[in-house]
Amino acid sequence: MSEIKKIKNLKEFSTSADRFEGANLLCPGCAHSIIVREVLNATNDDLILSASTGCLEVCTAVYPYTSWDASWIHIGFENGSTAVAGAEAMYKALKTKGRLKQPDRVPKFVAFGGDGATYDIGFQWISGCFERGHNMMYVCLDNEVYANTGGQRSSSTPIGSSATTSPAGRVSYGEKQNKKDMLAIMAAHGAPYVAQVAPNKWKDMVAKIQKGFAAEGPVYINAMSACTTEWKFAPEDTIAISDLATDSLVFPLYEIINGSELNITYRPKNIVPVRDYLGAQGRFKHLFTKQYEYLLDEWQTRVDAKWVQLQRREEARV
Amino acid sequence: MADTMELRDIEVWDGNMAAAQALRQAQVDVVAAYPITPSTPIVEGYATFKANGYVDGEFVMVESEHAAMSGCIGAAAAGGRVATATSSQGFALMVETLYSASGMRLPIILNVVNRAIGAPLNVNGDHSDMYMGRDSGWIQLDAYNPQHAYDLNFIAFKVAEDHDVRLPAMVHQDGFMTSHTAQGVCTLSDEVAYNFVGEFQPMNDMLDLDHPVTHGVQTEEDWHFEHKARQQHALMTAVMPKIEAAFAEFEALTGRKYNVVETYQMDDAQTAVICMGTSVETAMEVVDELRAQGIKAGVVGIRVFRPWPLEQLAEILKNVKAIGTLDRSSPHGTVGTLYNEIAGSLFNTGVKAVLNNYIYGLGGRDLTKAHLVGIYQDLQANAESGTLTTPLQQYIGLRGPKLSFF
Ligand SMILES: Cc1ncc(C[n+]2csc(CCOP(=O)(O)OP(=O)(O)O)c2C)c(N)n1
Ligand code: SF4
Ligand SMILES: [Mg+2]
Repeated sequence: MSEIKKIKNLKEFSTSADRFEGANLLCPGCAHSIIVREVLNATNDDLILSASTGCLEVCTAVYPYTSWDASWIHIGFENGSTAVAGAEAMYKALKTKGRLKQPDRVPKFVAFGGDGATYDIGFQWISGCFERGHNMMYVCLDNEVYANTGGQRSSSTPIGSSATTSPAGRVSYGEKQNKKDMLAIMAAHGAPYVAQVAPNKWKDMVAKIQKGFAAEGPVYINAMSACTTEWKFAPEDTIAISDLATDSLVFPLYEIINGSELNITYRPKNIVPVRDYLGAQGRFKHLFTKQYEYLLDEWQTRVDAKWVQLQRREEARV
Repeated sequence: MADTMELRDIEVWDGNMAAAQALRQAQVDVVAAYPITPSTPIVEGYATFKANGYVDGEFVMVESEHAAMSGCIGAAAAGGRVATATSSQGFALMVETLYSASGMRLPIILNVVNRAIGAPLNVNGDHSDMYMGRDSGWIQLDAYNPQHAYDLNFIAFKVAEDHDVRLPAMVHQDGFMTSHTAQGVCTLSDEVAYNFVGEFQPMNDMLDLDHPVTHGVQTEEDWHFEHKARQQHALMTAVMPKIEAAFAEFEALTGRKYNVVETYQMDDAQTAVICMGTSVETAMEVVDELRAQGIKAGVVGIRVFRPWPLEQLAEILKNVKAIGTLDRSSPHGTVGTLYNEIAGSLFNTGVKAVLNNYIYGLGGRDLTKAHLVGIYQDLQANAESGTLTTPLQQYIGLRGPKLSFF
């Protein structure tokens, strides 16, 4: 087992070994890049990475350039999980056969995918990888929309959000379905570690990534990723929006160990109203009319109910 | 260390067992696979070898064929020997990733046990899946019997993994007719087989932790064309010489001779049937009978389907007067693939052979000797009159009224 990297403060963290270059094409203020840096910087171990087709992939490996100073692979939209699982299988095979070039180093295998790649098109591949128990971490960069292709809905898009394939219009308030509970689904696979993280809560995030790296077997991390372009807020507000997301409990931070034990890892001192979070983003702008007042109330009720449910689960220890 | 398996000099194997044994002897590092009739026994056979200690590589039983090839791509990029098997619907599901594998220059070996593609659903052998792979950038080798299925796997590894090539390769065999028909197969010992294939030499391997690599980049109009051109360049220039060299080395080792294009009685042939798979051997039997009657008939079998042996075919066919191209796949709206390919091979050569096309054997329908006798009669008439005496495209062995086009 490799040693867990000790991180003292944000300054040191932000300047520690940098295997994801700032030179990339992601929008200014894109949370994807913050999350990726936080994941990579949480360990000094060697990394074998993948990305599914999506913003992260198209913005970081445009030939003849690469932003990755660790081995990285992209195949398609749906199979980033299996790409890394295949590499992990090769690692095991070469280890058995004594053909590893650096036999003393144990790399970590990490797949990144957007919510489209995770909740929708790549769902089966991820489920397969988790059922087979590959030693890998899957990180979903959850911006609740197909950002790369211009903002179409995914099954992570929340109710009332206006996406290009579920647009708000004269007779529609936008997305009709509630967001899929991917964490519960992945925990139900019996994964040793499942957690929701947010880039603004970097200490919480690093602790979880390190727990994930220490676990044996497949680990699922759902990373809230505020998207300046599709959520429609100013690029400099990414962390402020992220704070609203975690402090309103729209994105509660918790972990599920071995498919059952649930721990809430962040309890906001002052819980902010869901309206404040929704109102700060253009994608929900149309909800702030008399006609849709009831939807804002429903939103709050839903978030409150989830928070109660999470606390009950935590108390129950099952 | 995996245990070695003692084999008799000649084993009674069907094509699936022959392929599974070849994968075992090549000591593949990762097999990621998903079962589908008629290729399932390759995967089952390999799993059984693994369960009994004859394989020390990883065997990853995934949840779909798309995942099988995705896992193979990840494993190959990580740096090691990789193979799998599929058929038909599974092959169709893999197609997206087939292009990824070749575009990323990863030498994966795929055993394709040819089967029809639905609808209507059909488990039997035809060449629809093989033809679907044509433009995917893979090397495609065709076995006509279990012995070939065994031998061509070794050739495939050797060629695909060559650093001048670095392209994936398919080994095709006919569903059921080859895959489930047991015949005597001359074996190689584990040691001889492995030595022929050779140690895997990694290149741009993700697991070389001191040299990180980026696989599967984005290119647009600025570089995509150059990448594809380079891939085509390797397929067109590097592959054939390597295949020929591997065939020669294999012949020296085993006495079994393979050719890029197989010919039977072609030296003085006036008429020729061109086909693939098990049909080649049926046509050879018919030619023996026709030759006994003094008819100068011959057979041309495609061994290397991709890259297409255009020049070799032009040379072989230069004195033939009538050629029948036999396609075991519905062309859906045009002439059959072999018709097109042969026409393209001859067009600028001055050869004036009369060319026609037969669609046969879809969904596993037998091609009988009687069918072939009829075809050679057509060809004889075409040869004598110097022009088409039949419709250009005819359906053979179909129930109901005769069907023909063009
Ligand atoms: C098989 C396939 N279907 C569709 C696409 C088109 N496509 C590429 S990326 C993408 C959306 C990506 O969304 P997500 O996974 O959420 O990542 P994001 O860009 O939001 O980070 C789509 C629809 C594709 N590349 N491949
Ligand atoms: S569209 Fe959104 S997810 Fe994509 S790069 Fe821009 S901010 Fe990031
Ligand atoms: Mg997204």
